[in-house]
Amino acid sequence: MTSRNSAASRGEWRIHVILIIAVTLMVIPFVWEILTAFKTSNEVASLPPTIIPANPTLHAFETFFTSVPFWAQFSVSALSLIMRVVGQVLIAALAGYAFARLRFPGRNVLFVLFLLMLMVPSQLFLLGQFELMKGLGLLNTLPALAIPGIFSAFGTFLMRQAFMTMPKEYEEAARLDGAGTLRTFWSVMLPMARSMIAALAVLTSLYSWNDLLWPLIVSPGGGNRPLTVGLASMQGQFGTDYPTLMAGALVCTIPLVVVFLALQRQFFAGIASSGLKG
Amino acid sequence: MTSNVSSPVGRPRRRTGLGARTDWWALAMIAPALIGLAALYLWPFVSTFLKSFMNVPVFGPGKFNGVDNYTKLLTDPEFWQALGNTALYTVLVLIGIPLAIVFAALIQQVSRGRAVYRVLFFLPVVTLPVAVGMVWRFILNGDFGILNFVLSLVGIPGEYWVADARFTIYAFAVVGIWMGLGVNLIILGAGLQSIPTELYEASSLDGANRVQQFFSITLPLLSPSIFFVTILTTISAFQMFDLVFVMLGSVNNTALPDSKTIVYLFYDAAFVQFKQGFAATIAIVLLVIIMIVTAIQFRLQKRWVTYD
Repeated sequence: MTSRNSAASRGEWRIHVILIIAVTLMVIPFVWEILTAFKTSNEVASLPPTIIPANPTLHAFETFFTSVPFWAQFSVSALSLIMRVVGQVLIAALAGYAFARLRFPGRNVLFVLFLLMLMVPSQLFLLGQFELMKGLGLLNTLPALAIPGIFSAFGTFLMRQAFMTMPKEYEEAARLDGAGTLRTFWSVMLPMARSMIAALAVLTSLYSWNDLLWPLIVSPGGGNRPLTVGLASMQGQFGTDYPTLMAGALVCTIPLVVVFLALQRQFFAGIASSGLKG
Repeated sequence: MTSNVSSPVGRPRRRTGLGARTDWWALAMIAPALIGLAALYLWPFVSTFLKSFMNVPVFGPGKFNGVDNYTKLLTDPEFWQALGNTALYTVLVLIGIPLAIVFAALIQQVSRGRAVYRVLFFLPVVTLPVAVGMVWRFILNGDFGILNFVLSLVGIPGEYWVADARFTIYAFAVVGIWMGLGVNLIILGAGLQSIPTELYEASSLDGANRVQQFFSITLPLLSPSIFFVTILTTISAFQMFDLVFVMLGSVNNTALPDSKTIVYLFYDAAFVQFKQGFAATIAIVLLVIIMIVTAIQFRLQKRWVTYD
């Protein structure tokens, strides 16, 4: 055993070399983004290009914050994320529990319907969702950004799976103590599902924060734009002022990266349990 | 359910409640999800299907026009180009899966620094795709992008990677692989952890080296996870939109007309030109294509995926 371990660690440095090269390639774009954000646009256009900013300046950040309503867009992104995550977790947990544990007519048919919706690409729903938001007079509002994402066949499926794997004894004990269905769900089952809820919340946050297409569609007037749409429209405004564009990209990226660094385990669990991508 | 019947405390009403009878709470609990699903998913799906057979003007009700939209779409060279672009992008992005397998296996082998590697590979996943597109657009810029400068140092002439339609899809694919590596790595890493270590110990007693173990143990036992990420990568690659919009859009890019993907075509038809009927047809055709490709992949899995 010991000989095998020492043999393994002797060869390990080679693996580290490969991984360090790969990881360096992965982060180079970020490094370049950061370096550029501290340059002037003249320096960016000069040949040969400088790697380290000759005279590091915060000018690009000043331009970004004075010409883009960053905090307004940030709060739109954050508020729509909160609405979507809280709404989705609650609705998906309720339905997931009913599908996993309760009996009602048409349970299997309805569940198959949910599964079918999972397989349809989201573009199939956009026209109808847009019409509905327009009909309700919600275009350019926060609820329009959040509402479709609140209802998720995927979230329901994930919560159902979580409740299916739980031992029935806890529920039975709660019921013998006289707790009703809702009480059993709320104070016994929901707390037990917290790791799956965390995974679902983190995953939903990721989609909500990163989404471009739906906000683009539902905010045609430019009111209540989230960061993604604001950032994309900066390109038309600033053209080739790359330091400002990079400063903007950097500032808009930082919030979710910070959350990710704090909640790595939940992010990885969410991805591993679902694997679904945006 | 049977354990209820044998429960010591007699509560006949509750017992049947959980067993055979309808639990009315259940209906209340699924009602919100069901209403949302019906209004925001089921109905939009049906209406998109119907609209694909309609001419829908900007104002006023649509009129059925049979399969006109479909014949128009399928004889439109722009559609075939977009389909070709999307298919090429998808095939190229699938190259990221072998990379993810190798890196996941390598990370599994090291005793230190796993967490750091995972985090760094995952960073692009938590970065706004819009920001990703902007950064790469700058890196790949033909005039003052850093890539062309680096290439010039080794004597390779640079190209207009994001302004010349001969290269745009390849540029998207590089970014797509870079963005997707972290997700695939995590899913495959979870798969790797479920492989029992005894298998490796036994085979190293038999004298197998690491490379042999990788091909005889890791790959076959990981194949269900590999199949899973292949399906997911394919489906999401077929729906690529953000990179076209951010790396080529917003500015008058001459490469845009020849670099569109199917979903970009859909967005353009539906929300820029307001041709809803035609856009609905694009969406339905996309669904059919994804269904066919996924069905083929499920058919082929029997040849290479091992389930114990």
